[in-house]
Amino acid sequence: MNWYKYASPTNFYPLAGKMIPWFAIPSAILFVLGLYVGFFVAPTDFQQGDAYRIIFIHVPSAWMGMFLYLLMAFYAAIGWAFNARLSSMMASAISITGAMFTALSLVTGSLWGKPTWGTYWVWDARLTSTLILLFLYIGFISLQASIDDRSRADRAGAVLAIVGVINVPIIYFSVQWWNTLHQGASIRLLGKPTIAPPMMAAMLIILAACWLYSIAVVLVRLRQIIVEREQTAAWAAEARA
Amino acid sequence: MKRRHKRIAFIVAGLTGLGIAAALALNAFQDNLVFFFSPSQIAAKQAPTGRTFRVGGLVQEGTVKRETDGLTVKFSVTDTAQSIPVVYKGILPDLFKEGKGCVAQGKIGADGVFYADQVLAKHDENYMPPEAGQAIDSAKAAKTVVDN
Repeated sequence: MNWYKYASPTNFYPLAGKMIPWFAIPSAILFVLGLYVGFFVAPTDFQQGDAYRIIFIHVPSAWMGMFLYLLMAFYAAIGWAFNARLSSMMASAISITGAMFTALSLVTGSLWGKPTWGTYWVWDARLTSTLILLFLYIGFISLQASIDDRSRADRAGAVLAIVGVINVPIIYFSVQWWNTLHQGASIRLLGKPTIAPPMMAAMLIILAACWLYSIAVVLVRLRQIIVEREQTAAWAAEARA
Repeated sequence: MKRRHKRIAFIVAGLTGLGIAAALALNAFQDNLVFFFSPSQIAAKQAPTGRTFRVGGLVQEGTVKRETDGLTVKFSVTDTAQSIPVVYKGILPDLFKEGKGCVAQGKIGADGVFYADQVLAKHDENYMPPEAGQAIDSAKAAKTVVDN
């Protein structure tokens, strides 16, 4: 099987269409399961009571915001370096979902901050760098939208996306490098998690659901972008009809 | 060198340059990125005394006292090495507790007391069921008894 075949938008379009349900349906199931575990199985927290349950949305969406940024920059860079159109389209398709998750993490965090910290917002390093991440996404989306020539828009977007990558490790390590109001990580790559196992289970199930959701939604958007950009090609005209 | 190799080299060089620039910039702004100062830093005169800043640490056990007006609270913030007395008038967040983290914003007076206009609770990264929390608290209490 020749995988390079699918680097062409023409061949990828029908494949993406077939892939979508395989991600969308498990995502919906995992969301329901994760929320069930989060609300009914996981115990209340010893300090925060039930207010902590917002982490089941907050933490996965914050992770997704960061992961998707790296992924977007990766695809944008590949698209720029190899002149791979589909890669650049992928970056554009990811940007909206990434921006949504970042905004969701900021909003849920702020709703959690009021009862827990006593304030909706503080300008500490973690919160500020996450806000910058949202601005980078918005900047990427509006930069691409403002340039009519597609290949120039892709290149400009790629430069912005790559420059912004530097912000992701800053967000992740901000709680270690500086004094912040935001607490440190409860789940680390190395070392024991400082969160009770059922709570962690709910969080990881919802993280998986968010991943599957992102893949499904990005594929839907990618198909629309393909049809839009390849509209001069005869097959795309047929696909639209 | 092909054009695509040039572009890859450009991306790699650009990223390296950016990384170094960001590291230098963050290093230079280190002092401004500090959200709060610890009582030890204040004792060592590293905190800006003339203007508003934040102090962070644990609320020292047994120091929280309410004035008769019901709003003014006095307590000490400690980092276990040094502590600083804080006076605050206002509503405290729910998670404000003795032995837990807090961040107070305000100015330090000539009398060495920190006059706060905002007090935030700093949550830690531990999430556990109430039974586990109680177990830890009683273990701590038992330890203090042994220590004394």
